[in-house]
Formats: sequence, structure tokens, C-alpha cells
Amino acid sequence: MEQLKTIGRELAMGSQGGFGQSKEFLDLVKSIGEARSKAEEDRIVLSEIDILKRKLLEPDIPKRKMKEYIIRLVYIEMLGHDASFGYIHAVKMTHDDNLLLKRTGYLAVTLFLNEDHDLIILIVNTIQKDLRSDNYLVVCAALNAICRLINEETIPAVLPQDLVSSFVSILKQVTERRLPKSYDYHQMPAPFIQIKLLKIMALLGSGDKSASEIMYMVLGDLFRKCDSSTNIGNAILYECIRSISCIIPSPKLLEAAADAISKFLKSDSHNLKYMGIDGLGRLIKISPDIAEQHQLAVIDCLEDPDDTLKRKTFELLYKMTKSSNVEVIVDRMIDYMISINDNHYKTEIASRCVELAEQFAPSNQWFIQIMNKVFEHAGDLVNIKVAHNLMRLIAEGFGEDDDDADSKLRLSAVESYLQIMSEPKLPSLFLQVISWVLGEYGTADGKYSASYISGKLCDVADAYSSDETVKGYAVSALMKIYAFEIASGRKVDVLPECQSLIEELLASHSTDLQQRAYELQALLALDARAVESILPLDASCEDIEVDKDLSFLNGYIQQAIESGAQPYISERERSGMLETTDYHSQDHHEVPSHALRFEAYERPKPSSLPTQASTELVPVPEPSYYSEAHQPISTSSVSERESSEIKLRLDGVKQKWGRPSYQSSTSASSTPPQAANGTSSHPDVGVGSSSLKPRSSYESKKPEIDPEKQRLAASLFGGSSSSRSDRKSSSGGHKPAKGTASKPPKENPIPVQPPPDLLDFGEPTATGVTATDPFKELEGLMDSSSQDGGSTDVMGVLYSDAAPVTTTTSVDSLLSELSDSSKGNPGTYQSQTSKGPNSKEALEKDALVRQMGVNPTSQNPTLFKDLLG
Amino acid sequence: MDRLMSLCVPSLDLRKHRSLIASLEIQSCYLLSEHSCLASGFGSIHFVLLVSRQGKVRLTKWYSPYTQKERSKVIRELSGVILNRGPKLCNFVEWRGYKVVYKRYASLYFCMCIDAEDNELEVLEIIHHYVEILDRYFGSVCELDLIFNFHKAYYILDELLIAGEIQESSKKTVARIISAQDQMVEAAKEEAGSISYIIAQAS
Repeated sequence: MEQLKTIGRELAMGSQGGFGQSKEFLDLVKSIGEARSKAEEDRIVLSEIDILKRKLLEPDIPKRKMKEYIIRLVYIEMLGHDASFGYIHAVKMTHDDNLLLKRTGYLAVTLFLNEDHDLIILIVNTIQKDLRSDNYLVVCAALNAICRLINEETIPAVLPQDLVSSFVSILKQVTERRLPKSYDYHQMPAPFIQIKLLKIMALLGSGDKSASEIMYMVLGDLFRKCDSSTNIGNAILYECIRSISCIIPSPKLLEAAADAISKFLKSDSHNLKYMGIDGLGRLIKISPDIAEQHQLAVIDCLEDPDDTLKRKTFELLYKMTKSSNVEVIVDRMIDYMISINDNHYKTEIASRCVELAEQFAPSNQWFIQIMNKVFEHAGDLVNIKVAHNLMRLIAEGFGEDDDDADSKLRLSAVESYLQIMSEPKLPSLFLQVISWVLGEYGTADGKYSASYISGKLCDVADAYSSDETVKGYAVSALMKIYAFEIASGRKVDVLPECQSLIEELLASHSTDLQQRAYELQALLALDARAVESILPLDASCEDIEVDKDLSFLNGYIQQAIESGAQPYISERERSGMLETTDYHSQDHHEVPSHALRFEAYERPKPSSLPTQASTELVPVPEPSYYSEAHQPISTSSVSERESSEIKLRLDGVKQKWGRPSYQSSTSASSTPPQAANGTSSHPDVGVGSSSLKPRSSYESKKPEIDPEKQRLAASLFGGSSSSRSDRKSSSGGHKPAKGTASKPPKENPIPVQPPPDLLDFGEPTATGVTATDPFKELEGLMDSSSQDGGSTDVMGVLYSDAAPVTTTTSVDSLLSELSDSSKGNPGTYQSQTSKGPNSKEALEKDALVRQMGVNPTSQNPTLFKDLLG
Repeated sequence: MDRLMSLCVPSLDLRKHRSLIASLEIQSCYLLSEHSCLASGFGSIHFVLLVSRQGKVRLTKWYSPYTQKERSKVIRELSGVILNRGPKLCNFVEWRGYKVVYKRYASLYFCMCIDAEDNELEVLEIIHHYVEILDRYFGSVCELDLIFNFHKAYYILDELLIAGEIQESSKKTVARIISAQDQMVEAAKEEAGSISYIIAQAS
């Protein structure tokens, strides 16, 4: 009986795992599996290591045995022990001709070795040979090994020479349907491979003109061949657009990409609109004027109830922000930021607002307003640097010698803060800024009394008593207020609540707060002259000079030495390095020659130039460690010679806002894109840039589209509403100019529409009619030629390009079919129609489930029933 | 590489084609190591999630490391976001710097999480491809099929995706492999049955 059971177990074991392995190996695995402690496992493995070491030394090991040994080595490594004594055998096994042995060898080496291991050199040759093999299994094994074992240095040895034309030719063959039919997906030949190839081409062609040129043909073919009525066709089109935006494209390809994008944007499908917006964001870098013709589509997406689409559109707007449209864009962003709860995205959009405001702000007041809004609504999410920048800006003002403007700016900041402060629950960072500004400038203008400001500051300290940083800022602000009062000779009466606050803080657990409170108390007791030298008025921008040598103590030292004290010997002298003393006195920043140098090497000359230029731009107090050697006389002449070049370079550098040099550089840097946009030639650039005011002139001038939207378009796209019609006629060259005759009557009736109702996406209308209501109404007002084209499409209406309409409707039908809507279109799924839903089967399943006590989560359990109708 | 190209002929054997695909995957791996800054552009699927309209999880597959805690948090957050979206909106959701592509089939939401730089439309088609294979295997698949035969759903997904990358795009091949797998399971069951029969006989 007992015997039978063992036979049974062994039979079972044989069927499960005995791939020709010896009993020894099976026992090893079994005993490790049954080990009760790590120590026991280690013991087993160590003895196994001994056995293997011995066995591997034997001469003439049969290959099959060797294979098993190597697998046992893998097992040992897997359990955390060192099997390096056997690595070389694994390497040798990769040379074997037998496929099984070779693959075992490759498996083992990829597990044993890393890309920097010394033994790799022995494998490279084998890999090269195996890549040329006829057997695909061999090639795959080699390729797998390459992934793990080949580093940057060895790549050239195994990398085919002409990657680009190989990939291009593969892609070409795929699109020519040279692959087996079974890889077709919805009549598209191997689309997933096509997409992968396009991604690879985008990498290979980026910044490489000659590589890009090889790709033009196949990319152009793809644009022509791709069926934009299927989702997968659009996926490939989108990937083409992406590739084109990465490589150095030809004008023809750009045009094809722009066409594809406009098809996406005109589609009714939200998915395709999303892709269109994304594509626009990519192409806009290469040809900035492309967004202009789609401005209304973009605005529609911006006002769409779909959050995903809205965010994508904000991303696009962020990419196309310039000084002419920054106000509108940032206002929109902030409105949206206030409306959402998702902290992750709130942080992102807040930092984008700050970045745009810093880069393009038209005025200081505006900047401060924007910053206030950002701090108020997302203050806990923004970087502390932003707060510091804002404080610096308020302190430095315009940077010009225009004290009047500066004090106006400060007053407006103080006023806005006094107003905001009354609101409950402000973010800590914002309160810090407020406290600092109030302390520094609260009483500067004479409009507010010291007791009023100090009362407000006490309120802040009281209301946010758990926030020590805010309290610290508030106490320091109080100290400044009092100091200014004392210095100006007025009598200071400390409010009772301030007194109690100070007293409370004198006993605070926070040493920082305690110190601030004591300092404040001490300051109140000083006379005006002393106070003024401690805290002079409006001196936050003055550099504080620190005498590192402490020379003002010299007299004191002299006195001490005269009265018999030992003179100070520096640490270096004490450790007996007297010989270097002279050297040190010459240059404090050189380390003894025989010690390690911790300083970076001197920068090469050309790159030192921009550094200098940037210090010119933002005059941070020149640190003393800019040693003389760094500024040879020649530099100044060089920098003069290259000054124009330097200015150009600075365009790319992120510039902090609010410096005098900034103003000039923005105008310099922002003009070229405008010119490229074709707007600078336009008479109403000024109108577009000063967004809000000229509304009425706009309406009277161009009344054809909803004025609200048009205004938005104008301010976003640089006053191009009238250029749109110009553009239309110019772009008519490559589009069928079918609708030009019917244009005027169509454009006129549009201003009838009231703006706010445009966004009514609320009711789920039937397939194909998803466009905004007003435009549906417009259909009646238009002539019949545009109606029959399914003019639900906004752009279709506006541009009367009849061509895209048919495609959009068919796209919509496919997508709606795939979604859960019960209106099916059985034609598209030949593969499934033959089967059809089996409602009887479904009912049986349902009944079975109910018997088993499980409630199906759906009334209609057949997934495809809906789809197939 | 030239050899690989020579594979690209009409008479190509299916299995050889697999090697072409595998090699492409690997080629792209190289490029990744060279252009690591662009690596995010080659991101793969981070996880697959099937959630019913009631928020019940029907299948999860994680291709990137997430702790158990993170997983349940991800599921909770995402099903909250996705189940509440209207029918006509995008099939994409931006979520914590990633994108989640989802699609609803009857009562089930199929979701896949990808990098921000990935091609959403492609992933939408991967989802559809998976559903088509499920449908072909189960014969008009329904949620109950996935509840009772969840392991089959996982097997099929494993044939389709490996490590978050699409691995086999031929429906036929997947069907063939899955049916071969089914046969092996049957054979093993029979064998186990006969052994226990022998033992039972003897005792």
C-alpha cells in the first residue's frame, strides 16, 4: 500500500516537473521547498554549492548534465547566494549549437551577468553570430540577451548599420500588406507594429535631417492610405502627426499633418477632438500659425463640459501663450483652477499660471493680482520660491528709478492684502507674503495708521495660532512697523492685543518665536537713532555687508593681547602647515596644493559669457568667489563683440519678471512669433493684445460670429478674426473652394446667437447631432448647400468646406456603435454578426446564476448584444 | 536587420513573423537606452482594470509595481472618476500625470493606464482587441463569463499583453494557443483522475 502511494507520488511528480532532470535536482528543489527556516535553507544551498563546485571541476561533463548544473546554479543565485564560480560555464553554453542548450545558456547569463561584467566580451561574438541565424528562436534568444547585457559601449558591435532605412522599409512593407492577413486589424495591416515603427522613427529622426528625409515617402503614403473612418486608422494618423512633430519635416508633410488635425478637430467625437488638440499642441512649435485657423474649434473645446478635453486645451493654450494673449489665458486658467478639486492638477495649473505670469506679465498690478488669486486658491500647493519672487518684486518695484510708480504698486498691494485678509482660512504661504508686505510697506504711505496695521497683524497671529511660520512673519512685521514709528519720532502705543501676543510668545516653545518676541521687546525700549540703524525704512533690497574678517573687533583684540592674552593661531597654522600661509593670504579660496580640489574646474570661455550676461540681467550681488582669474580683461571685449548674440540666447532662458532688462527683452523675444503668426502685419494686433476693452468696436466691425467667442478668439489668437477670412481665401488653394460663393450669406446671420447657451451639451442627442444648439438653429438661416452636408460641424459651417463632413459623420457612427449606446450598426462587425447574440444562452446563464445566488450586475448580461442590435 | 527584412515576404511563416515583432520590441529597447530622455514616450500599459458599473472589480492586472494599499486606492479613485463620466465624453482621463483609457461594454468598464505621452487611440484599440478575443472565445461574452471563468480572462490577457506591451496582435494565434492550453488542462485532469483511481483501487 505504502509503496503504491510512493509510486503514485512519483508518477505525479514525473508528469509535473521532471523535464529530464536528475533525482538529485528534484530532491534539492523539494528540500528547499520544505525548509522550515532561512538557516536551514542556507545550509542546503551551501552544501549544494559545494557539490556543484566539485562536479564542475570534473573533466568531460556531458552536455545534458552541464545544462542541469547551470539550472542548479540559477537556483542558487535565485536564493541569494553567489554562484560566480560557474558563470563561465553558462557563457560557454551560449556557444553551443544545440538550441535548447544555447537558450539555457542565454537564460543563465542574462540572469547572472550585468552589462558591465567582464565576461560580456566573450558573449558579444556569439550574439553577433546568432543574430544572423536562420532560426528565429536563436535570434530571439540573442536579442533577449542584448536587452540585458549590452551597454552603450558594446551596442555598435551588434547594432545594424542603417537603422533608419531598415525601419522605413519594414514599415513600407507592412503598409503594403506584405504580412499575413491574420495580423490585420479591422482591415488595417498590423497597425500595432505600424505605430511602434512610427514611434521608433520619431526617435531616430529627431534633429537628423538626412534620416528624416528617408522617412518622408513612407509618412506621406501613410497619410494618404490611412482610413480616417476607423479608430485604428486615426490612431496611426495621430502617430504620424507625432512623428512629424519630432523629425525635421518637409512642408508637404506638415500640410498633411495639419489637414489630419483639422479633420480631428472637426469631428464630433470627443476622442478625436482631444487628439486634434494634442496634435495642434505638437505642431504649433513648428508652424505657429496653424492654431489660428482652428481658433473656434479650440474655444469650443475649452468650454466643453468634458474635463479631459478642457485640460488638454489648457495645455495647448499654455504652449501658445505670448504677451499679447497672456491675460485672457491666465484668467481662464485661474477660473478653472478655482473650480476643480483635484489637487494634483491644481498644483500643475497653478505653477503654469505663475510661470506664464512671470514670463509675460503686462503690468505689475496685474501680476500681483494674479499672484494673489493663485495664492488664495492654491497657496498650499505652490512652491515657496514663488512667494519669495513676489515679495522681491514688490520690494524692487519696476526697477526703474521711478519711486512714484513703485510706491503706487506697493500701496495697491497693501490695499489688496488688507482686503483679502478678512477672508477666513487663507493658505499659510499667502499669509507669510501678506505679513511681510504689511510689515514692510503697510505704513509707508501714511494712509494706514500703525495701530491699524499692527492690529491686523495680531489678528493673523491669533487666527492662525498653530502655524509658527506665519506667527514668526507676523511678529517680524510688527517689529518693523514699530521700528518705523520710533524712527520717525512718533510715540508708539502698543495695542493691548499686541502686548498679550508678545507676552504669550515670550514663553513660546518655539525658540524662533521666542527670540523674535524678545527682540521686539528690546527694540521697543531703544531710542530712535538706534532703531533706525537696526531697521532702516524700505531697506529690504539693500545688501547687508558682512565683515567676514570681523575687523571691527581689532581694537578689542589689541586690548586683550596687551593685557596678556595669547594671540589667535589659525587652525592651519596649528597643524603645522605654515608654509602655505602666504599662499592662503593671497587667495582665500585655494585649497593647499597637495589636498583634493573641491572646486569645479574653471568654465570654458564661451559658456562663461552667458553667465556674465545673465548676471547683468539680474544683478544678484556679485559673490566674492568670482575670482579675478575668471574675469580677464579680454572677456569684456569679447562680451561686447558678442553682445547681440547674448541677447538672442537669452530668449530661450527663463527670465524672471520685473527687471528693467526684461521689458526690452520680452518685446524683442515676443515680436518674432507674432510676426510668424501673420498677425504683426495685421492692423488690429493692438486690438487683440489689449483684449477686453475694444469689445464694442469688434462687434461692430465683424458681427458674423458670436461676439463673445470671437472676442475670446481674438484675444487668444492675436486679433486674427478678420485674418481668418483672409486666411480662408489663402488656404483655399489646397482645399476645394466649393463653398466660397455661399460664404457671405452664411456668415451674416450668426451674431443673432446669445453667447452663454453655446455650451449646452447636457441632453444626449441622437447620433451625429452633438454640436452646440445655436448652430443647429443656424442651419435654418443658412442656404441649403451647407445644410445637406450635415452642418452640425462648427467648422464646416464656418468654412463651408464640405469635404470633412462626410468623414466626421462616419467616424461618429463607428464610435457611437462602440460605446454603450443601444443604436447599433451591424455592418461594421462582419466577424461578429455571424455569431450574433444568443439570448437564449444568456437567459440560461442568468437563470443558472440566480440559482447559485449571484445577482448579475446588469439587466442585459450579453456584452455584445447592445452592439450588434 | 537585412535578414529580418527578408522575412517580410508574402509567404512568411507565422512563427517567423513573431520573431520580427520580437526583434522590433528589442530594437526599440536599444533606442530607449540611447534616448533615455525620451523613454517616457515608449511607456507601456501600467495596469489593466475591469470594473462593473456598480464599481465591482472583475479583473486587475498590474504591470508596474504597486503595493496592496496603492492598488486599492487606485481602484477606488479611478472607478469613482470613470463611472461618473457621461456617455459622450472622451474615453480618456488624465489622472496623476498618467492617462487612463477606458471603454464601456454593456455593464463593464475596461480601463488601461498609460503614460501621458502614449497613443490613446491605440490603447483604445488594444482594449477592443481584447474584448473581441474574449468574445470569440466565450461566444458572445458577458460579464458572467468573466466572473465564472476569470482565470480564462487572465490567460487570454497574458497572451495579449506581456509586461504591459502588446505581444500578440493576431486573434487567430491567441485562440490557437488558448485552446492548446485548454487541451493540456484536460489531459492533466484525466491523468490525475486515473492515478487517484489506481490508488483508490489499491486501497
